Amino acid sequence: MANKAQPVTKGLLDRLNEERVLISDGATGTYLQSHGLEAGGCPELMNATHPETIRGMAREYFDAGSDMVQTNSFGGSSYMLKKYNLGERVEELNRLAAENACSSAPPEGLVLGSIGPTGELLEPSGSATTDGVYSAFVEQVQGLAAGGVDGFCIETMSDYAEIALAIRAAKDTTELPVVATMAFDKGPRGFFTMFGIMPAQAAEKLAEAGADVVGSNCGIAIEDMIDIIAAMRSATDKPILAHINAGIPKIENNQIVYPHTPDHMAQQIRKVVDAGANIVGGCCGTGPDHVRAFVQAIRASRNSV
Amino acid sequence: MAKITDITNQFVRDQIEQFIDSEVEQQHIIQLYAQATPDMQDIAAGIIDGQHKTVDCLTRAALDGGTAALDVMDNGLIAGMAIVGIKFRDNFIFVPEVLACARAMKAGMAHIEPILSESGIEPVGKVIMGTVRGDLHDIGKNLCIMMLRGSGFAVVDLGVDTSPNDFIAAVEEYQAPVVGMSALLTTTMPNMGKTIEAFIDADMRDDVHFMVGGAPVTRDFADEMGADGYGDSAIECVEVAKQLIGVKTERRTEP
Repeated sequence: MANKAQPVTKGLLDRLNEERVLISDGATGTYLQSHGLEAGGCPELMNATHPETIRGMAREYFDAGSDMVQTNSFGGSSYMLKKYNLGERVEELNRLAAENACSSAPPEGLVLGSIGPTGELLEPSGSATTDGVYSAFVEQVQGLAAGGVDGFCIETMSDYAEIALAIRAAKDTTELPVVATMAFDKGPRGFFTMFGIMPAQAAEKLAEAGADVVGSNCGIAIEDMIDIIAAMRSATDKPILAHINAGIPKIENNQIVYPHTPDHMAQQIRKVVDAGANIVGGCCGTGPDHVRAFVQAIRASRNSV
Repeated sequence: MAKITDITNQFVRDQIEQFIDSEVEQQHIIQLYAQATPDMQDIAAGIIDGQHKTVDCLTRAALDGGTAALDVMDNGLIAGMAIVGIKFRDNFIFVPEVLACARAMKAGMAHIEPILSESGIEPVGKVIMGTVRGDLHDIGKNLCIMMLRGSGFAVVDLGVDTSPNDFIAAVEEYQAPVVGMSALLTTTMPNMGKTIEAFIDADMRDDVHFMVGGAPVTRDFADEMGADGYGDSAIECVEVAKQLIGVKTERRTEP
């Protein structure tokens, strides 16, 4: 398979216009943990130390049928990398994350630069400043863009102020499309982020902040994701992405196990699409087998229409 | 039985009516506030509203006016946090609001702590807190620490990436009966169990109670690893710590 040397001719938004549902990838962390990442190790450092593993991950997801993969750069902001004394290597590690994924992509395979939370709370809740967080996201965006990403996936966010800064950093710095997703928990009064944002409100506010695609990832199992996506769909016309965990982790024989099998998730994935998702993929606990099952389930239902 | 009209502070009354659904819980809170003077209720209102400057001024004024430090703490600050805890648990407020309340609590405690330690009053209990080895996340742990301190606990914060040996050394040094362990990553969750094993190997398991928490941590997981307590939220952390050291809800008195 020829690898793409150039940016894709059809970007994310064109693809979304043409095809009803795109399939994203599965988890990065879960994959890396089963491929040599030690507990407490820095995943982003592997872009430099184990490029073959990172390229292999992207290849496996594309081979499984992913239309897009995410770069190994979730914790690639200076705030996160500083914790591993890698604060000086933001540009390099993000660029390499993008280059590694792009080198495994087929010509029309999309690569989205993953941007996760800084791990700091903005003032006044915490000590991080708006300027500091914005600059950190700009730096990360620049590294990812230099490595050739086709867009960004800003994900697992809880605080609207933080995700809005990341969206702005991406939009101010590049022309590339931006996916923005938040992580919701199920509480006694419904779904909320840690900062109290509800799915419908998130869909509206993320679009307002400039996101081209809005969505939800992590936090809950697929049965709850159906409700979250439906709530988001009621509030926006933007394309919606759902990156779904393989259930809530349990421990078995001292090992962390994500209970939802590819089959279990594949049986539900159509409902996520019917609720309004335009891009579906996996989050924690999912792997290439989940992606294969999603592809089959979506294609089967597409053919049966 | 105390009635809501026994509470003079209108803001507190509104909060109770608006945010506390359970009748039993409402009665418990009303009872708590009915024993508080209007001044103490004002301090509690400042806590609930997250107004650290107000709490700072009112606490100072109450102490200067001769109210006992423990009275201010129990009937003002802790009473305020009791409502904050319920609102947080029931999704009426979220992390930013709780942090503002915790900051207000801290402003009040800054006046109270020196008086308590001068008069030889022991903290409610002593807790060692840390995020386990390999995990660098501390927002949840810090929230727990604020809640514990706000409830009168002395907390030793070991920070993030805490090895089993660091926990053991801290227990030896501070003689704390409770160790709280936090993790955000599923990959580092097993290090909670490993820490407990290290205490068993060091023949110190019987010296301490372990409580665990963190976004991916469940009660089943806590049971599986042999922890003594599990909390679903920073608020529960306080209740769990109290249960573990057997603190009764009786009021303490100054000697």
